[in-house]
Amino acid sequence: MILFILCFILFMIGLYGVLIQRNLIKIIIGIAIMEYSVLFFLILIGYVEGGTVPIISEGFEQALFVDPLPQAMVLTAIVIGLATKALMLSVAIRLYKKYGSFDIREMKSLKG
Amino acid sequence: MIVLYIIVPLSAAFLTVIFGKWLPTLGKYLLNAALLFLTGLTLYLIIAGPEALIYRVGGFADVADVPIAIFLVIDGFTKILLLIVSLVGLLVAFYSVSYTKQYTGEEKFYALFSLMLAGMYGVIIAGDIFNLYVFLEIASIASYALVSFGIEKHQLEATFKYQVLGGVSSLIILTGIGFLYWGTGTLNLADIATQLPDHNIYNLFVSVLLIGGFGLKAAMFPFHSWLPDAHSSAPSPISAMLSGVLIKAVGIYVIIRLFFNVFALNYQIAVAITVLGTMSMIIGVLLAVGQWDFKRLLAYHSISQMGYVVLGVGIGMLLLTTGKDEKIAALAISGGLFHLINHSLFKGLLFLNAGSVEYRTGTRDLRKMGGLAKKMPVTAGSSFVASMSISGIPPFNGFFSKVIIIIAAVQAGFYWLALFAVLVSVITLASFTKVLKYGFSGKIHSQHEKIKEVPFSMSFSMTLLAVLCLVTSLLILPGVRQVFLTPAVDVLIETVQYSGTVVGL
Repeated sequence: MILFILCFILFMIGLYGVLIQRNLIKIIIGIAIMEYSVLFFLILIGYVEGGTVPIISEGFEQALFVDPLPQAMVLTAIVIGLATKALMLSVAIRLYKKYGSFDIREMKSLKG
Repeated sequence: MIVLYIIVPLSAAFLTVIFGKWLPTLGKYLLNAALLFLTGLTLYLIIAGPEALIYRVGGFADVADVPIAIFLVIDGFTKILLLIVSLVGLLVAFYSVSYTKQYTGEEKFYALFSLMLAGMYGVIIAGDIFNLYVFLEIASIASYALVSFGIEKHQLEATFKYQVLGGVSSLIILTGIGFLYWGTGTLNLADIATQLPDHNIYNLFVSVLLIGGFGLKAAMFPFHSWLPDAHSSAPSPISAMLSGVLIKAVGIYVIIRLFFNVFALNYQIAVAITVLGTMSMIIGVLLAVGQWDFKRLLAYHSISQMGYVVLGVGIGMLLLTTGKDEKIAALAISGGLFHLINHSLFKGLLFLNAGSVEYRTGTRDLRKMGGLAKKMPVTAGSSFVASMSISGIPPFNGFFSKVIIIIAAVQAGFYWLALFAVLVSVITLASFTKVLKYGFSGKIHSQHEKIKEVPFSMSFSMTLLAVLCLVTSLLILPGVRQVFLTPAVDVLIETVQYSGTVVGL
C-alpha cells in the first residue's frame, strides 16, 4: 500500500512541476516525472508477493510468477514516452532559438 | 483484409521516408493512392452488409475462454468512422498536393500525414484498449509534429501547449488502463465488458479517469483550451484533418465506444456526458463570436459542434439508462452520429477555404479581407455552402442532423436542451454571416487586386466537399439511412451485446 501512496505522491510532484513552473525544460521534466509514476504504478499492479521472473523453464513450471503483461505494457509506454519527449525537447529548443529564453511568460504571440 | 487499414498507411509512411531523398514527389502520389484504395474498401464494406468483421493478429486461438490475441474489429459504428477518415483524408491529401509547395521538405509532410492516418485507423479498429492507446499516441505524436510544420513562432507555441496537455491526457488514460487491468485482468474491450466487477465506486472512478483523458483529446468543454491554438496555427490541410477527423477518431469515438459497449450504461455518467456536451456547445459558440482570426473562429466552432454530437449521444444514453422509449434513444443517437459525419465534411471544407484564402492573400484576419468573391469564386461559393451547412440552413446536411437532435430532445422531454440547441444554431448563423460579409462580399482591398483563384487540386477538393455537403442530406432518406446509419446505431443500442459478437461469450 505504501508503494502506491509513494507513486501517487510522485505523480503529484510531476503535476506540480507542469502547473507551477515557468521554464519549458522544467515543464518537460514534470511530465517525465508524471510518466515514471504511472509506469511504476503499472509495474506494481503486476507484482505478486514472492513471485519470480515470468519465464517457464525446467524445474520452475509451477513456480509463482509475477504478471508479465504490465511489464510488456511498460516497455511499450517507455518507447512512446521517449518519442514524445524527444519531440517536446526539439520544440523547446526551436522556441529558445526564436525567443532567446525558456520562460513561457515571454511567449505571447497567441491570445484570445 | 481488416489489417490493410493499418498496413497501407504505415508502409506509405515508411516508403516515403526511405525513398523521399531521391523521389521527393513520391509521397503525395503514394498517399493519395493509398487513401483512394481505402475509401473504396470502406464503401465496399458498408455496402456488403452490417455484419461485424473480426481479425485476430497472429491467429492466436482463445486459451481456456480467455482471448489472448490482439483483436481488430470492424462493426457498423466503426465503418462510419472509417468512411469519414478515408474520405476527408483523401480530399485533404489531394488539396495538399498544391498547398505544400510553399514548404521545404514536402516528403516529410506526407510521411507524417500517413503516420497520423495509420494511428487514427488503428484507434478506430483496435479491439483492445492498450493497442488503442498505442495507436492514439502514434496519431498524437504525428499531429504534434504536423502542427509545428511551418516552424513559425506561433506554431511552435501552439505545439508546446498541445504537447503538454496531450501528454497529460495520455498519462491519465494510461492510469485508467492500469486500473482497468487491475480490476478485470484483461485488456480486450469485449472481455472487459464481461469481467467488470459489480462495484459502483470502482466503475465510476475508472470512468472519470477515462472521460477526463479522452475528453482532453476531444477538447470537450473544461479541457478545450489547447484546441483553438493548435488548430488555428497548423497548416490548413492539417487543421482540416485535426478538426474534421482527429478529435472525433481519438476522442468522441472512444468515449462513445467505451461508455456504450464496454461499461454498463450508468445514469451518473450519462448525465455527466450530456452536461459536458451542452456546456461545450454553448461555451464554444460564445467564444467563437468575438474572433476576427478566420481559423481561430472555425476552431472554436469545432468545440461547439462537437457539443451537438455529444449532446445527441448523451440524450440517447440518458433514455436508455432510465428505460424510456428505445426508439427516441435511437433517434437521438442517429442524430448525433449524423452530425458527426456532417461536421467532418463542412468543417474540413471551411478549414480548406481558410487555407485557400491564406494561400492567396497571406492573411487570416477577417478585417483585412473583403471582396474576395469576385476574385476567388470557387472558394467563396464553397465557403457559402459550408457556412450554411454549419448554421443549419435547409437543404444542407447540417440542418437535418440538428433537427433530428432537437426533435429527439423535445420528444424525450428535455425542452431546455432543445432550446439551447436552437439558440446555439442561431448564434452560429450570426457568426458565419460575419465571415461571409467581411471575408467575401464588399469592396476589395487594394493589395489584393491581383489575386486569382487557387490551383486545380485545391479548388477540386473544395468543390467535391461542397457537393458532399449537399449529398449527405440524402442520409435522411430511410433507404440510405438503412445502409449507413442504422447499423451504427444498432451496435450502440445493443450495448454489452458487443462483447457477445466479438469474443463469442
